[in-house]
Amino acid sequence: MLQLGHDQLLGAYRRMSTIRAFEERLHDEIKTGEIGGFTHLYSGQEAVAVGICDQLTVEDKIVSTHRGHGHCIAKGCDVKGMMLEIYGRAGGLCKGRGGSMHIADLDVGMLGANGIVGGGAPQAVGAALAAKMDGNGRVGIAFSGDGACNQGTTFEAMNLAVVTKAPAIFVFENNHYSEHTGVEYAVGTANDIASRAEAFGMKVWRANGCDFFDAYAQFRDLLEYVRAGNGPAAIELDTERFYGHFEGDPQRYRGPGELDRIREERDCLKAFRKVVTDAALLTDAEMDAVDKEVGILIDEAVAQARAGADPDPATVADDVYVEYY
Amino acid sequence: MAVMNIREAILSTLHAEMERDGDILLLGEDVVGGNGTAGGPEAIGGIWGTSTGLWEKFGPNRVIDTPISESAIIGAAAGAALAGKRPVAELMFADFVGVSLDQLWNQMAKFRYMFGGKTKCPAVVRMVYGAGMQTAAQHSQSVYALLTAMPGLKVVLPTTPADAKGLLTEALRGDDPVMFFEHKALYGVKGEVPDGDYRIPFGQARMVREGGDVTVVACGRMVNFAEKAADKLVADGIGVDLIDLRTTSPLDEDAILDSVEQTGRLVVVDESPPRCSLAADIAALVATRAFTSLKAPPEMITGPHAPIPFSRVLERAWLPSPQTIEGAVRRTLAFR
Repeated sequence: MLQLGHDQLLGAYRRMSTIRAFEERLHDEIKTGEIGGFTHLYSGQEAVAVGICDQLTVEDKIVSTHRGHGHCIAKGCDVKGMMLEIYGRAGGLCKGRGGSMHIADLDVGMLGANGIVGGGAPQAVGAALAAKMDGNGRVGIAFSGDGACNQGTTFEAMNLAVVTKAPAIFVFENNHYSEHTGVEYAVGTANDIASRAEAFGMKVWRANGCDFFDAYAQFRDLLEYVRAGNGPAAIELDTERFYGHFEGDPQRYRGPGELDRIREERDCLKAFRKVVTDAALLTDAEMDAVDKEVGILIDEAVAQARAGADPDPATVADDVYVEYY
Repeated sequence: MAVMNIREAILSTLHAEMERDGDILLLGEDVVGGNGTAGGPEAIGGIWGTSTGLWEKFGPNRVIDTPISESAIIGAAAGAALAGKRPVAELMFADFVGVSLDQLWNQMAKFRYMFGGKTKCPAVVRMVYGAGMQTAAQHSQSVYALLTAMPGLKVVLPTTPADAKGLLTEALRGDDPVMFFEHKALYGVKGEVPDGDYRIPFGQARMVREGGDVTVVACGRMVNFAEKAADKLVADGIGVDLIDLRTTSPLDEDAILDSVEQTGRLVVVDESPPRCSLAADIAALVATRAFTSLKAPPEMITGPHAPIPFSRVLERAWLPSPQTIEGAVRRTLAFR
């Protein structure tokens, strides 16, 4: 058992609960047609984002994926600002220009979700090289799915990090599906992505991505290793995606009862609650109170986002450095 | 003649051509869908519905689900084409051209020329493009101008089901790399499609309507918008020559120049930012080759010099519209 204090545990629970409530609510709200574009939900993977980001400082940088809401919340992005962004409002974190796939908040070290699979990994190496220049012990972290581990950019980034001894961390969230294709088909090393990082010359860790305590403990060891100046490292976390690739995905690739089974057996929030109550570290009442507060926060975020002002159409070509026509 | 939509026209053409020519193979992300899952292959059948049933009929050697690896998809298509096959590579979104650009630009497009004309590279790259569905900056772009500018590629943009069949068949029978653009907002457009063998030669624009007052040149979904504008204008007695380019490389220069020589007025509509765009290219063509025919400056209706925003309101502000096209037609007529 990790030696985490009461407040740390309750804080971790709050962040996981916030991610879950945010995503479950979006799943419902998307059906109203008020939210356009593509939305990829993070439900099921909360223990990964929180188990990792809870150990980072605001100066540590992360790059995220198309399935980025969980990373954003775990790294400290404002939940209401995120909801406004997903509704395309002027008050959104990216002024409504980015949407679900492109949320970023550099003030909290969140360098951006990414619509291109594999687009982020090299940028994490860049952030790591910046930290190395400053000699400040900070790290650059690339969250990647099992899909992104097949992109050339990810391979190039891993090798670049190794040869430059950059304090880069490659986090592979293996949720078993590259969009609509199974990982056994799409990844030549099947359910072993970490071995690829190992082949590039990195030290690797493996963890159960549905177990906050395992994710936290394995990443703690990894982080200590990277912060000590040993160069890059990687961790693969076995996790579950409770929804489809995107909202609207019919998920015909799932087996019978699969979604019920993973919600029953692989729910990181349920597992967390059991561990902390069995060990008498937190009470159900405390966590229920957190859930209630989170529910109110999400209600407020949705109400604010639904009522939010749209961006001024005259701003469409702002922030492009140069003007034409 | 059968009535079908563009999606069905593409799917049925792929079925027919793969039946006819055993050298054609298809590869791309989730073109089968469900491989390696409990649901099994074809659980999805292609997320756009343009490859449904192909795997079952033609098997895994000819219908290949790839990992998310766009450089490898395009590069493998280039190599298979050099090796004598006729690959059709699918990019789920045309924006992913960015990931695979080297294989298109430095490789596929250059082979025939660079190897002294001794090779063929009969690869077709099908890609889904276009804005209007709030898919934001990395899933909405119309990168046809970028690829049109590359010597060694042919660029095709069907706007009707009949054209989708005729142009895709032509692409699959040709010996050169073809960039085949499918607009995500046009898949449901219905129309009559000729039965049997139907090919449309590249470089032949389609005269959508003849009105004689102003020449409007468009491609892709902008043809659809221009038709709406032309419908409004005709009520005021303004007749539009509407030209659907169908292919931007090769370009039917004669169709454009012949029309402008009659009307003296040009509006070009392009779902792209303005700089180095197709609109700029065609305006330059007319300015240099039909200068004395012009009665007004060419009008270019494009997006602004900006990425495509997510917000519904901003995306609408970004896109050309029937209203902005109509306004341009009226401006060019009012010019004195």
